[in-house]
Amino acid sequence: MAMATMQQPIRKSWWRSNQQRITPWLFLAPGMFMFGVYVIYPIIESFWISFFQWDGLGPKTWIGLGNYEELWGDRAFYTSLKNNIIWLVLYMLAVPAGLGIAIFLNQTVRGIRLYKSLFFFPFVISQVVVGLMFSWFYAPNFGLFYKLIETLTGKGIAILADPNLVTYGIIAAGLWPQIAYCMILYLTGLNNVSPDQVEAARLDGAKGLKMLWHVILPQLRPATFIAVVVTVIGALRSFDLVSIMTDGGPFGSSRVLSFYMYEQALSEYGYRMGYGAAIAVVLFLIMMVFISGFIWKMVSDERGA
Amino acid sequence: MTFSMKALVLGTATAALLSTAGFAQQRTLVFNTDTSDPAPKAAFAALVADFEKENPDIKVQVNLFDHEGYKTAIRNFLTADSPDLANWYAGNRMAPFVNAGQFLDVSDVWKENGLDKSLASALPSMTIDGKQWGVPYTYYQWGIYYNKTVYDQVGAKVPANWDEFVKNCALFKAAGIDCLTTGTKALWPGAGIFDYLDLRTNGYEFHMDLANGKIAWTDPRVKAVFDHLGEIVKPGYVTANHAAIDWQDAATLLVQGKAANYVMGNFAVATFKDGGMTNDTLGFMPFPVIDPSIPDAEDAPTDTVHIPAGAKNVADAKKFLAFLARADVQTKLNQALGQLPVNNQSQVDESDPYISAGFKLLSNAHGLAQFFDRDAPAEMAKLVMEGIQEYMVYPDHEDDILSRLESARGRIYK
Amino acid sequence: MFPRPIEQRSEAARVIYQIMLPIALVLWLLPLLGVAVTSIRPSSDLASGNYFGMPSRIAFSNYVEVFQNSPIAQYILNSFKVTIPTVLGAVALSCMTGFALGVYKFKGNLLIFFLFVAGNFVPFQILMVPVRDLTVRMGIYNTPQALILFHIAFQTGFCTLFMRNFIRSLPGELIEAARVEGVAEWRIFWFVVLPLMRPAIAALSVLIFTFIWNDYFWATVLTTSSTTQPVTAGLYSLNGQWVAAWHLVSAGSIVAALPPVAMFFLMQRHFIAGLTLGATKG
Repeated sequence: MAMATMQQPIRKSWWRSNQQRITPWLFLAPGMFMFGVYVIYPIIESFWISFFQWDGLGPKTWIGLGNYEELWGDRAFYTSLKNNIIWLVLYMLAVPAGLGIAIFLNQTVRGIRLYKSLFFFPFVISQVVVGLMFSWFYAPNFGLFYKLIETLTGKGIAILADPNLVTYGIIAAGLWPQIAYCMILYLTGLNNVSPDQVEAARLDGAKGLKMLWHVILPQLRPATFIAVVVTVIGALRSFDLVSIMTDGGPFGSSRVLSFYMYEQALSEYGYRMGYGAAIAVVLFLIMMVFISGFIWKMVSDERGA
Repeated sequence: MTFSMKALVLGTATAALLSTAGFAQQRTLVFNTDTSDPAPKAAFAALVADFEKENPDIKVQVNLFDHEGYKTAIRNFLTADSPDLANWYAGNRMAPFVNAGQFLDVSDVWKENGLDKSLASALPSMTIDGKQWGVPYTYYQWGIYYNKTVYDQVGAKVPANWDEFVKNCALFKAAGIDCLTTGTKALWPGAGIFDYLDLRTNGYEFHMDLANGKIAWTDPRVKAVFDHLGEIVKPGYVTANHAAIDWQDAATLLVQGKAANYVMGNFAVATFKDGGMTNDTLGFMPFPVIDPSIPDAEDAPTDTVHIPAGAKNVADAKKFLAFLARADVQTKLNQALGQLPVNNQSQVDESDPYISAGFKLLSNAHGLAQFFDRDAPAEMAKLVMEGIQEYMVYPDHEDDILSRLESARGRIYK
Repeated sequence: MFPRPIEQRSEAARVIYQIMLPIALVLWLLPLLGVAVTSIRPSSDLASGNYFGMPSRIAFSNYVEVFQNSPIAQYILNSFKVTIPTVLGAVALSCMTGFALGVYKFKGNLLIFFLFVAGNFVPFQILMVPVRDLTVRMGIYNTPQALILFHIAFQTGFCTLFMRNFIRSLPGELIEAARVEGVAEWRIFWFVVLPLMRPAIAALSVLIFTFIWNDYFWATVLTTSSTTQPVTAGLYSLNGQWVAAWHLVSAGSIVAALPPVAMFFLMQRHFIAGLTLGATKG
């Protein structure tokens, strides 16, 4: 349809000869501008702020590595770091669990589409709502979980009041939507699994775990890659649930770096922008390890393609 | 780009201001407040209506904030989008804003209206560098609210001192009732218990020095306070799982008779009564004496109104402060709030046993503390309250907690 | 571990599977069902300790109360005010960036592409202080624009990844043919590429809608008052007021979750297509 619109005589203007070179930059300009102003530049600025002492109101005072030195001896920082590692490790359970549910649902019976959608439900709901739901589930004295344990053992457990359990309780809440996410990734992946290969393997006597490991999983590689990526990022971004369910408590034992940073920089008892920025820098560097890995993998795929 | 943007916004704002001043009679006062709970909300609506009736040419635009969210919000709107009036708290809690030049000096309002006399009890907590930075309109006492029915049930008498209080706890424990309930999810309720134990053990002056970083947390006198707390924590007299319980949920335990005592502020009376308690079943006592040689001091947090430095309508804002300081206005406002007026010419509701008890208590107090999270710098307060919460779960961590607080003290107070 | 298709199994296996499905679903959605039931439970049930039994009656009045006694309607309106412009903005920008990166070969193409991808993964906290500061200096703190501008910018990263990969999968011959005929580049974008991107635009819109609707972090950082806060942040502050009133918290949660859920069911196909685009390519 567009072809009809070109009938001017071809004149070799500067624009004409250069438009293939210029056009992509014109198209990129607005997106790059926004991204530069709101993402790239702030990252650099955060590094810069982390060398200052600043309450967000008055002037900034240069203290060099002072914030980092303080971090080095800050127990709350180590608690947060430790919790982040627990998050990372346990959050990974979402990948196999998602795969399990996907395999379970990967059948063709009446109404299976609706089942798949409903299983995916938790991911659509905001983490604020998920957090409220699980707080209610865990609530001491009347929560469903508390009651259940009380009936089974005679003594209820208030997960969110116990410094040794609280992080696990929050992670369980976080796993719920995350499993749903991984499940949906695998469900589409399973659509592309070649039935012929499965059948051939079956004739060769492949069964059980062997079948899964040698035949199915290799075909699900792209889905697994994305599932791992989103799960790692989800684990390191875990802010919403901590904020909603415990506010980092009891006595700071459920803090993670992202929450601790917010607490130091912007909460009622905080306003240490420089110190918060230093925590953010550490979190960023941890994330960079993963991001570099992902990008490296994507670049090599890109080269291969 | 950002600079021109700011200039643009400022420009339009000024233009709007000039045009309203020039042509319209109606002037506006923007009032940001955290009085979002039902009773304070109604009380402030009435207050604003009365002010507008007296000043028909002023329209007050109230921006209501959630009580907890307000504490973070104020930082932002003071710099970004300043109202003409804002609620806040007295004492050290207003210091960061005063020091950053974000509150206006309102000493002239105090002088012109003789507030140093009528609001005398709050003068020290409103003064920084010899100037006054806002107007207090209410305060309330803290103390122990208790369930009379439960006391009768186990045959306990209202304790005359701390030892009797602890002895009563054994009776409650035997009956399966929490002697002391609290919900420390939001941290501050635990600080109330700590404040009183310190005020009764070491006295007002010591407590304020501690809040101001002049005393080591490893000092044996501080340890003594924690040991007193241990007397009720270690035998399990305090509600379990308090770290995951909100203060309102703990109030329910008192209402239901699952707990006997609750160290709380007078604002909680409304919650107890909503749950079905009456003057016959809900009792109030001042926190029991620990050392008779120490004069009684109380926690009485004072709520205040300030004029931000960025206010656009300062003249009317000062008019509002003068109005708010008036005896009759504070009488009416505090009747609606169920709290105590700061103005000593105001009336209190004699028929309310909690109010009249509080009035007596505070009038005779040796000193009034603002509450730990208002007396101490915010950052220190947070760490201390976490320490108290931790102690109430793991009393054997005492030394570790105190040495941690001591090293924080070295860093925070410079 | 990889079950045979159920239609090849015995009758019994099929029946068992059909029975297991709803049981598994109920277990999976237990927290959600609990909240749904609580949201229609009269407050008297909670007061008398009936937390988990059958509600003594169905109290839709909880929903009425939520709307009457809290600014939740305002919160929801605020969410729409932020979400819809963000979706439009992010999709528009990323159609352009995706086109530029997907169609043209030039130096730095891959570098820019991976800058977008990497930026999309960074923790929000590294952006928080500067973005808040920038917003305050621009004079748009605590307005919908504050959130809209940031979200558009940040989502552009993810959307570019998505769009660029989609455009790569389009037949390149169409564009080549247009060029041979001398069609201007912007016309190629507008008349050739854009019509082909419709499915990607639909998928991305649904996805971004859900992401932005559910954002909580930036809502708390960039807005403060009930007149501008989106429903996620609003729900958090309502939770502070409704302590122990779980019937109201539940009703509020359900109301807040409804728009993205409705969106999901209406646009299910696009949604899943959107999420899995990367997974099927890659």
